Amino acid sequence: MKVILRHPKREMELAGRRRVKELLNELDILPGTVLVIRGSELLTIDAVVGEEDVIELRPVISGGGA
Amino acid sequence: MKCRKCGGTAVLELRRHNVAFCAPDFLEFFRRQVNEAVRRHRMFTRDESLLVAVSGGKDSLALWDVLLEEGYSATGLYLDLGIFDYSRESRAKCEAFAAGRGAPLRIVSVEQEVGAAIPEVRAATRRPTCSACGLSKRYLMNKAALEHGFPVVATGHNLDDEAATLFGSVLHWQTEPLARQSPALPSTHPKLVRRVKPLYRLSELETAAYAFLRGIDYIVEECPFAKGATSLLHKDILNRLEDASPGAKHNFLYGFLEKGRAAFEQASPVELNECVRCGQVTTGTLCAFCKLADQVKRSR
Ligand code: SF4
Ligand SMILES: [Zn+2]
Ligand SMILES: [Zn+2]
Repeated sequence: MKVILRHPKREMELAGRRRVKELLNELDILPGTVLVIRGSELLTIDAVVGEEDVIELRPVISGGGA
Repeated sequence: MKCRKCGGTAVLELRRHNVAFCAPDFLEFFRRQVNEAVRRHRMFTRDESLLVAVSGGKDSLALWDVLLEEGYSATGLYLDLGIFDYSRESRAKCEAFAAGRGAPLRIVSVEQEVGAAIPEVRAATRRPTCSACGLSKRYLMNKAALEHGFPVVATGHNLDDEAATLFGSVLHWQTEPLARQSPALPSTHPKLVRRVKPLYRLSELETAAYAFLRGIDYIVEECPFAKGATSLLHKDILNRLEDASPGAKHNFLYGFLEKGRAAFEQASPVELNECVRCGQVTTGTLCAFCKLADQVKRSR
């Protein structure tokens, strides 16, 4: 599957099926700090993603700001 | 995961509430939380015109969207900070949103008002960039609201922003910011408009999910000066805590608002004057914004 990450924008390829929870774990990302996007859907951590999927992990934390 | 309300496939899990929702039920939950915030803190009424500060990011555009959806008269205010591509892109997002919704948008240039754009202000002062930027934004929001007759300014601060600000203030026991931190700051002077944060009950994950599900095209890239900001460090710490103990942020913030804040408020009454130069409200004689503008002028 193709995984799109941000800040900076980059992509990576991963083999195999897994749950979103495992994917986030592997990438050391806390659930709740990213939107897990597949096309026009949002996925919860128990959803299974597979070879053909393009998954965007979009950070939700915005910073600086006073 | 299944939606708590209808049993359909869930798109978002809200661990702190121990629920998951499908898209339509999540959007409904979101609107309810905004309405609850408005009601609880008497933020504004149906017949008041609102000025919504928009940055092009997920929170402020989600806020503008939900207020328009709820039938409020909401005008956007974009402050052009002059921060390279980030400002160009975020301004374009705000303009596109306004055009798409047929909503009015006002644009104020920080360069014109302060005498220099934020990158130059950054070089001219010893203040942290976000502090100079934040002070300019608050000043210009208030000024724009006063000039155009808006009784209230709404900003997109969410639960995470508020919890991180609170955490920062508590770490240093900054009693004045603690006294002032509130989802709704009433107007305490004729030249100070009310300031409200209708998204304070919604987490960053929720505002991002709302923006995404509503098809709002917001800027995902961050301001280049945000990097390394202490507020991000505090958010990271709170997110780890939240992961281990869902609801921690929520309890931290709500507990302060319900039980802690009043004590600080009583302890630090402030006297408000009008700035000798610009006439806006200050606790001194020359306001912080005018001082900043002086520093910028001197550095040239
Ligand atoms: S991150 Fe800091 S410098 Fe950038 S817009 Fe926000 S407050 Fe201003
Ligand atoms: Zn549902
Ligand atoms: Zn002044």
